[in-house]
Amino acid sequence: MKGKSMGSGRETQKYIWEGAIPLQIHLHESEITTLPSPPPVLILAPRIGYLPLLVPLIKPQFSSTLPPGVDTVWFEYKGLPLKWYIPTGVLFDLLCAEPERPWNLTSYVTLCCSILTTSNDVLNFKVHFRGFPGNVLVPCEGEESVKWSFINSLKEAAYIINGNCKNVMNMSQPDQMELWHSVLNGNMDAYLRISSKLKLGTVTDDYMVKSNASALHSQQSSSDMDGMGPVKTGRIPVRLYVWSVSEDFVDLEDAPPVDGWDKILYINRPVEIHKEEGKCFTLGDAVRSLLPELFTDIPSITEEISRIESEDEQRSGLGDEGSTKSTEVNTETLDGGVNSGSASSCPEIKLIRIQGIEPKMEIPFSWVVNNLKNPEHFLHICVCVRVLQPVAI
Amino acid sequence: MVLNQKKENISFWDGTLSLSEFYVGASAFAEKWRLLHHAVPPWSWIPCSRVPWPSTREVDGYLSLEKFNIFRSSEYVLHLEQDDQEEGPNEIEEASCSGKGKPFDNAVVVQRCSPEVYYSDLHIVYSASYKVPVLYFRVYSSDGQTIELNNIEKFLPVSSAKVLRESKWTFITQEEHPYLRRPWYTLHPCGTGEWMKLLLLADAALAANGFTSEQYIVSWMSVVGQVVGIQIPHQLLNG
Repeated sequence: MKGKSMGSGRETQKYIWEGAIPLQIHLHESEITTLPSPPPVLILAPRIGYLPLLVPLIKPQFSSTLPPGVDTVWFEYKGLPLKWYIPTGVLFDLLCAEPERPWNLTSYVTLCCSILTTSNDVLNFKVHFRGFPGNVLVPCEGEESVKWSFINSLKEAAYIINGNCKNVMNMSQPDQMELWHSVLNGNMDAYLRISSKLKLGTVTDDYMVKSNASALHSQQSSSDMDGMGPVKTGRIPVRLYVWSVSEDFVDLEDAPPVDGWDKILYINRPVEIHKEEGKCFTLGDAVRSLLPELFTDIPSITEEISRIESEDEQRSGLGDEGSTKSTEVNTETLDGGVNSGSASSCPEIKLIRIQGIEPKMEIPFSWVVNNLKNPEHFLHICVCVRVLQPVAI
Repeated sequence: MVLNQKKENISFWDGTLSLSEFYVGASAFAEKWRLLHHAVPPWSWIPCSRVPWPSTREVDGYLSLEKFNIFRSSEYVLHLEQDDQEEGPNEIEEASCSGKGKPFDNAVVVQRCSPEVYYSDLHIVYSASYKVPVLYFRVYSSDGQTIELNNIEKFLPVSSAKVLRESKWTFITQEEHPYLRRPWYTLHPCGTGEWMKLLLLADAALAANGFTSEQYIVSWMSVVGQVVGIQIPHQLLNG
């Protein structure tokens, strides 16, 4: 997608829905009961999917070597247990600074055994999960857990967008099942049909409406998206993952591996779109609103854009087209400005990644949300920040 | 902070709080709890920054009540009721119009069958998504062993245990604690704004005069506390 102009809503969404990560899954040696050890399993994992949903596909290939009674399967990457409720694409963007293909994961299995006790204790049985890292991972009971995690997230997104989640709560059982199956099977058309009933709409921005008339957006009308009209609260569901590194690096392949979840800051806070006449609320503005501390020395992106816009307008004497151009011009200025600004005490953003791409900070946030959000209506943003001194979160 | 600026159009109020109202209300609630009850562990505000650099957010943290002895709490509640029979039941009745509509039976809190001691940690965290307080909790035995979801219902009042069985995925689930980043139990907050609105507006005096964020937290706690078996002393409910 890099280098392409902004596509229409549906076209970009299709890229997202079809996006997949090649995984190579190894069974951890401690789980292997036979020799020779089974070969790793290669599988394409949908970006918008969740790791536990792959288990039914993987299990048969390892079944001959597994002891009976396998209950839970979980995955690790370089010793880090992977949180199953984070979409697979987000895990990949977050944990593989330099994309690794195929992505080598290790799978673990846990045995579930019920031990019945005869005493009249409050607990008359205990479930033991052998080796399950329960202090880090929420236990997963397969597809049902994933489905409800998805639906609860969708509910949360609906609440953020509409100020209530009635449409999700009142969904009929068949619709709910169909919605879930569309996500499970990566069926975008079915998903769009069902999810339009939720009336979660698309994000509009006056700036976008204005520039829709310009050449850049002539292909894109709001009906290309959901056609559901603007959001009500002006709040956007965003999940931000910030990976803090203390050493500097130039190439992504030299980036240190994420060795613990304590290195990842997770912010689940809506972004409020501030609409100002003639200004575009950008991705940079959104990140800034969530991580204001990282932008202290740099003028606001909105201010910067407006400054360049007005300069540009003066030069070219053009209206809308001028502002389109200025976005291009701005790219370099801001890339330099935000990332390597002060070589100093201030934490610096090394990388912003959404759905595997590294979008420019001055892209209109409404475009980013409408096109790059996940099916549960959250936009997941991965940010890598270099901090001078490692501080435990 | 008094929310009564919303008084004039209180019927449009959506039952939510802002972060700073939450902080003010939670702090006031903790202070009053501490003054009224020396015998139980105090609620305290735990300031907690999530970012690994100096934060510019005014308030970040959660309200915490730790190592709450489950048995002692039940005995405490029973004791309290006996002391204040003339006004107690009214208040409790009122507090229980939670939307679920189940009157709370204190006796069920007591797990008399077990000689073991269990503790509960309760954290009240502000949800930026729902703009309401959210309860996170865990239950553990005296040797620190965390109680798993399959067994958690044995530590809940009968009415909660029933709802838990019926609505496994939408009532109490294990989620990542927003600050501690570890799995804790949480009560789903999606209906909170709605029932808080009903609860507070049902009180004619509150609806007419407005209410403070402290009263909001007390009312919220009077409902949520019942779900996990913690009773709010009625002196707090009286303001």
